[in-house]
Amino acid sequence: MQEMLNVEDLWVSVGDRQVLKGVHFSMNYGEINMLFGPNGAGKTSFIMTLMGFPRYRVEQGKIYFKGEDVTDKDLYERAHLGLGVSFQRPPTVKGVTLRKMIEIMSNDGAEKGKLISHIEKLHLSGHLDRGLNEGFSGGEMKRSELLQLMVQRPELVLIDEPESGVDIENIALVGEAINSLLGKDKVKDPKRSAIIITHTGYILDFVNADEGYIVVDGNLVCRGNPRDILSEIKKHGYRRCAECR
Amino acid sequence: MPISDKYLSEVEVRAEKAKDKKAAFGPDIDLSRYTQHIERGKIESLEGLSQQAKEAAIMTGINLKEEQRSGSYMQVDQSVVYENLNKAYEGQLEIMSTTDALRKYDWMEDYYWKAVPVDQDKYTAQAALHMTHGYFIRVFPHQKPQYPVQSCLLVAENYISQNVHNIIIVEEGAELQVITGCTLSKSDAEGIHLGISEFYVKKGGKLFFTMIHNWAENFNVRPRTWIVVEEDGSFINNYVLLKPVKSIQAFPVAYLKGANASAKFNTVVYGLKDSYIDLGSRIILEGENTRGESVARTIAADESVIYSRGDLIAKTKGYCLAHLDCRGIVFSNKANIYAIPQLISAGALKAELSHEASIGPIAEEQVEYLMSRGISKEDAVSVITSGFLNLDIPYIPEFLDRNIKEVIQATAKEAL
Repeated sequence: MQEMLNVEDLWVSVGDRQVLKGVHFSMNYGEINMLFGPNGAGKTSFIMTLMGFPRYRVEQGKIYFKGEDVTDKDLYERAHLGLGVSFQRPPTVKGVTLRKMIEIMSNDGAEKGKLISHIEKLHLSGHLDRGLNEGFSGGEMKRSELLQLMVQRPELVLIDEPESGVDIENIALVGEAINSLLGKDKVKDPKRSAIIITHTGYILDFVNADEGYIVVDGNLVCRGNPRDILSEIKKHGYRRCAECR
Repeated sequence: MPISDKYLSEVEVRAEKAKDKKAAFGPDIDLSRYTQHIERGKIESLEGLSQQAKEAAIMTGINLKEEQRSGSYMQVDQSVVYENLNKAYEGQLEIMSTTDALRKYDWMEDYYWKAVPVDQDKYTAQAALHMTHGYFIRVFPHQKPQYPVQSCLLVAENYISQNVHNIIIVEEGAELQVITGCTLSKSDAEGIHLGISEFYVKKGGKLFFTMIHNWAENFNVRPRTWIVVEEDGSFINNYVLLKPVKSIQAFPVAYLKGANASAKFNTVVYGLKDSYIDLGSRIILEGENTRGESVARTIAADESVIYSRGDLIAKTKGYCLAHLDCRGIVFSNKANIYAIPQLISAGALKAELSHEASIGPIAEEQVEYLMSRGISKEDAVSVITSGFLNLDIPYIPEFLDRNIKEVIQATAKEAL
């Protein structure tokens, strides 16, 4: 079977800073991959480049999604091909409510019942008429991001630090939402996949990840079992990973 | 009994003295160009308007069938063509032309040219010396009509100077909603609209006033507005200008005279073509514990020039609180916005006045955020722009709301 995502020798810069330095990466349909790494290592740059944000300038290399070269496609085209992202810190969009956003993204009313249930489960009923992310707490932002992705239904979800700014109680809620988004709470949907960035690894208690990677200095190193990697990081930090490149 | 001749002649003398006085702001208009006078007959219903006039009226929020309206007032050029009070609201309010009200009530002396200074400039003078009606709406004490009164001031011919004088009185404990549209039925009409508005909100009264202006490239507009709000009264004003205009200059004043009075101005302006737009709001906080808020959203496209002014003037001995929020987006490198907020405390020791003013582009990160959700760039800009303008005005028909969004969508492309 063809790989869902294939990244070849990817070099990316932001302004005059090199953020990715020759990344090779691939994953299959249905996989959940975790990215670990110190601050500034290039984790967010990697998923933002995959999504196609223009400030992440691809200098060299290729990105293939579902067999198609998407390196030169814009955000909108990539979203329509099946890529979606949950931001760590999404921008505030005053005047555009969460309700409006969901209305625009929903193509038909067929899923309305399901949508209401998602809104209730994510405790967002009271946030629908507020500007997107306007005055949202960390946890509310994460839940709002996941709700939007539930409407968008991307095949490959890129999630940037789902635990950051979320209290312990709400991490379970976020974890459940991710599982629901990926169809993991039901019969496994072989097509929905994810790349999740985590600092703390808390999310591993809720999400059954297949592979883990450590990102160091603009590259992906140390592929392995995500729990083993987390335990290694907890013991020795990221230093050993940098050394074993 | 009519208003006294003595008072009318005093008004005339003051107006005569000001008839060459230039306005403080905006380009000076040669009023001698606009001398056309056309008398028009009454119509039985709003459906009796010409097709062009009907279309223009609808686009300013007028409901031709008068559904969900407590009454209607329609003026074409210099003539009052229609006035109607829905039977269900008889005894709650009255609607007539200001000319008729001056003939009917001698107490109009307490309201006519009592808020707006007749000698403010040549435009107030012209409106006093050559008044061509305007609406008079009075809601009786403690009455709260469920639906708004609608009024439409339409110019249908060239070289008209429409000099209307509008007076609204909200008596003690009463509430009133008014939706008014000022417009042209000929898109190339050349002329001027001088609108004097004096609104009085008595103790505990509420006035919710929405005005939609739809002008065109050859038309000048000089409204002069004062609102006097007594104790516990409140005034809310929504103003929308989304079509080109040759020039418009207005600086309405809310005078919060009584304790606990409040005023809020929401202004939405979309500058198109080479429009010259100089708009603002001034809130004078004189009563104790008065509150004011002024929110302006402006977008300058094409070669438009927009002045967005806001004055908060505290004069109270007690506490008062007021805030100005003035934001603009420039869509074109040939357009200009000037945001001019001004806070004045005249010995008001306990006054809290604040403002935030900003001019900036649509944030790229917001557009990209929406695009990452599968929304096209054009739609993202349009959604963000509509959200910025915050067009959430009650009683505006859905199709009008849609039309406003289409205008935004068409011009938002410039911002891409």
